[in-house]
Amino acid sequence: MKNAYIEIDKERCKACGLCISACPQGIIRFSSEFNSKGYHPAEPNDPEAKCTGCGFCYMMCPDVCITVYRAVKV
Amino acid sequence: MDYKVAYKMPRSLSGKQFTYCPGCHHGIVHRLIAETIDELDLREKTIIVAPVGCSVFAYEFFDIDGTVAPHGRAPAVATGMKRARPDLTIFTYQGDGDLAAIGTAEMIHAANRGELITTIFINNAIYGMTGGQMAPTTLLGMKTTTSPYGRKAEKEGYPVHVCEIIKELQGVAFLARTKVTTPRDVMTTKKYIKKAFQAQLKGLGYSLVEVLSTCPTNWGLSPEKAIKWLEENMTKEFPLGVYVDKVGDAK
Amino acid sequence: MNKIMMKGTEAIGEAAIRAGCRLYFGYPITPQSELTEYMARRLPQVEGTFLQAESEVAAVNMIYGASSVGKRVMTSTSSPGFSLMQEGVSYIACAQLPSVFVNVVRGGPGLGDIQPSQGDYFQATKGGGHGDYKLLVLSPSTVQEAADLTGVAFELADKYRNPVLIFADGLLGQMMEPVSFSDKKVSYDNSSWALIGAKNRPARQVTSFNIDPYGLEKMNLELQKKYKLMEENEIRYETTLTEDADILIVAHGTMGRIAKSVVEMARKDGLKVGLFRPITLYPFPYEALRKSAADVSLVLTVEMSSGQMLEDVRLAIAERTRVEFYGRMAGVVPMPLEIYEVLKQKIGRRS
Repeated sequence: MKNAYIEIDKERCKACGLCISACPQGIIRFSSEFNSKGYHPAEPNDPEAKCTGCGFCYMMCPDVCITVYRAVKV
Repeated sequence: MDYKVAYKMPRSLSGKQFTYCPGCHHGIVHRLIAETIDELDLREKTIIVAPVGCSVFAYEFFDIDGTVAPHGRAPAVATGMKRARPDLTIFTYQGDGDLAAIGTAEMIHAANRGELITTIFINNAIYGMTGGQMAPTTLLGMKTTTSPYGRKAEKEGYPVHVCEIIKELQGVAFLARTKVTTPRDVMTTKKYIKKAFQAQLKGLGYSLVEVLSTCPTNWGLSPEKAIKWLEENMTKEFPLGVYVDKVGDAK
Repeated sequence: MNKIMMKGTEAIGEAAIRAGCRLYFGYPITPQSELTEYMARRLPQVEGTFLQAESEVAAVNMIYGASSVGKRVMTSTSSPGFSLMQEGVSYIACAQLPSVFVNVVRGGPGLGDIQPSQGDYFQATKGGGHGDYKLLVLSPSTVQEAADLTGVAFELADKYRNPVLIFADGLLGQMMEPVSFSDKKVSYDNSSWALIGAKNRPARQVTSFNIDPYGLEKMNLELQKKYKLMEENEIRYETTLTEDADILIVAHGTMGRIAKSVVEMARKDGLKVGLFRPITLYPFPYEALRKSAADVSLVLTVEMSSGQMLEDVRLAIAERTRVEFYGRMAGVVPMPLEIYEVLKQKIGRRS
């Protein structure tokens, strides 16, 4: 079960990579696909559900592409 | 399991895609301003005065009323707005050429009058929009298109230290220099920006936050390397920290 | 209505306050500092705001700011100061911000002197700053008219969302005359376009900027449409004894007033001289002047300049009649007798 996950707006992304280097879990990578601007946008790659929802990627993203979700603890 | 949004685009941004280059720090600072406006519930009464430079379009990126001032004159435009409508919250967003070269007089006198406006000052040591010319804050030895052999003190003078110059002006209520190169810096910068707006809301005086920022395109570096260059060079020339704080830490 | 003795500069200040102006930003410069001082004294008494700016460059941008949030606002200056303001005036014109400027024109170019002049006519009417724009320009010739036109200036500024310039000179500014003021209740509402917060509506922008040439052209066409409306609706002028005139003097502002004395002198001598006095310098009364000059044999333009309005007079007359010119520059004011002598000479030259 995931504790947290992120969504990246691929169309806004300019592939600067700041989220990739900010992520403590190393769960963001460049996509092999292009977006309409011609960039390889960042995409989440978290098969082991390591995302903690720390928000570092969001904080460093200069294009406000990232939304961070955290699990609601019941 | 249910999930809740922890971080998302703030309400006070318009959603329009930024026109900045990949990795440029303008976008981070825009988001922090918008978050601050949201948290202080100011969206419906805040006006942005955008500058001339890369952030000339800044007024389009916020979902608030706004204008663009002539190059360097944003503090004078903001002064007119605030004196006419003291109930509005007014901030200027200015780069180093706009604020510390052509607009030096307007900034210094607005600060000295203790004008109840807030200035967010982006210092990336270069003119971005016009294509990488020397700025007043360009470091010694730094090569730009108008200092192609490197800035020399004998010829072009020294980098202008805005915080150090205006910290002695009695009208200044909050003044800090910061950067946004790490998540921790981003959080610190957010705190400063919030304090700067609070200085205005509390009627304490002029507030300015200087953010050391990268210009990967005109520095000729990748976004990642630009951050490293900023850390190694700019923070030595421009010491970080709070220079004036009359706001205090009470909530 | 009670009349009081006042200087031209002060009368303009008082009229501005009566017109609902509660904000003044300016920088001292001779010969208009009395207006700045008057506002410094008077505005706090009516809960208004006076602020001495650090320069004319700052002052004009404070005007931009105050106007953009919807308030009536004014500044005053003299020639070198108005030159400094031109950047801001161009932005204000393009952003369509109502505002009132007073230029108490002095001798130029350069630092010049501090005596009365009309040498800024081109700057006032043909641009001054960069780009295709127009100011509404009003040229009063008496203290009473200066006061009245100040009220008109604020009305026109709001009506057209355009900067309005009161074109005065040191003589009118310093002269004391009896003047009365309108007590008309003033109300205005600029909330339909002003930057007052995006509450219950989309965010709004007031700028002089459009990076897309087609977009900017559209903005320009809108301005031109507005200027055409001004040309159709706002022309003002005064004629004196033009009906039977054989000779027509054209003069504006202070010169218009002095020229009236010339007309009186000439009439005493049996010469049929009339006066055409443009009050709006932009829009210029081309058509009215053409009509007034239809049956005359000589048009004499008199200015305190090298002949700037002369070009508009020639455009109006279009070579139908002989147009002559007399002017003094640099702050030297032509006296009635002097002009009369010139007039007689010009008449003589024809015969």
